[in-house]
Amino acid sequence: MQTLVVIFFSSALTNNIALTYFLGMCPFIAISKNAKAASGMGMAVTYVMFITAVANHAIYYLVLVPLGLEFLAFLVFIIVIAGIVQTLEMLVERFFPGLYNSFGIFLPLITVNCAILGLSLFMILKDYTLLQVVFYSVGSGLGWWLAIVTMASLRKYLILSEPLESLGDAGITVILAGFMALSFFGFSGILSV
Amino acid sequence: MESVTKSKGFTYFIESLWYNNATFSMVLGICSALAVTTNMRNALVMGLSVTGVLIISSTVLSAIRSMIPERVRLITFMLIISTFVIMADFLLKVYLPTISKALGPYVGLIITNCILMGRAEAFAIKHAVWHSLLDSAGSGLGYLGSIMVIATIRELLGSGSLFGLRILGSWWQGWGLLMMPAGAFFILGFYIMTANIIQKRFMNRCK
Repeated sequence: MQTLVVIFFSSALTNNIALTYFLGMCPFIAISKNAKAASGMGMAVTYVMFITAVANHAIYYLVLVPLGLEFLAFLVFIIVIAGIVQTLEMLVERFFPGLYNSFGIFLPLITVNCAILGLSLFMILKDYTLLQVVFYSVGSGLGWWLAIVTMASLRKYLILSEPLESLGDAGITVILAGFMALSFFGFSGILSV
Repeated sequence: MESVTKSKGFTYFIESLWYNNATFSMVLGICSALAVTTNMRNALVMGLSVTGVLIISSTVLSAIRSMIPERVRLITFMLIISTFVIMADFLLKVYLPTISKALGPYVGLIITNCILMGRAEAFAIKHAVWHSLLDSAGSGLGYLGSIMVIATIRELLGSGSLFGLRILGSWWQGWGLLMMPAGAFFILGFYIMTANIIQKRFMNRCK
């Protein structure tokens, strides 16, 4: 039981998927300009991460491993992710129009978000059980959400300051991410993994 | 030579290598640029894998571009790319097992590397095979160059070595920060800045 809690917090804070493993960097930089969009994207990522991780876990261990087709994992994972994202988008748009406006519009961007595929690949490398995957994926998703929302709130204050022109929008964001990574590194004190 | 530098293919090559460099101009595909650059050997292998997959998949895509229905093109791109990524993964596992292990999931993540999808959607689907090949070679080499620069700085200052060989004497303590994730962000930020400055100077002189 304790390990589940440890998995959850380590994936959300100390081993934050955005700031330690650098996954999902493209949207992290592109969509963190305003906090609302960032939060929507973060929610969509958490949701899709959870569903695809569970689905991929089931497919990998119930279908691919017994058939000895582990090498197809990349191909199968990406198809599963693309399929689930597309279905989810249609369902959310049809049945939850309110939710669609808050995060559904980000769903199409998610298929190529490397955090989603990355999570499935990490899960296989770490040999997690299904229950552990549930905690791992939700933890990672929330960690990503926390990182992008924090980034968006920080970037709001960039309007007031004048970073070097040659750094550009992306450059200053990357440097900011560096400082965030440093501060997230501080969380490693709370867990002894 | 004159005709070569004036040719359209060459322009595409230079455009994607330098003016639209994936790392510092477009800031694409930086997940792996940050993750694998703790040492130069990993960066070189990763850069070559990305370049290889990019060139082959763009060329194939461009060759069959008239057969791909518009509506399913993204999934087609993905399937083609992931096929070649699986091959690259196999090659690394067989010939470079230690590096393959060190790279971990980042080889598989080439599938979702924005550079590949970006070049497929923006270029390969609309242009002839030869031009797509040059364009993707430019993008790939631009990416390779960028991550090699970052890896050189990080490995040299972080652990005092290059390609695993100790360069700086034992007096160099190793700048631990650069080996941490935060260091990767800082170096990338300064790299983007430096590249932007150089690019601006260079462009002004051309005018």
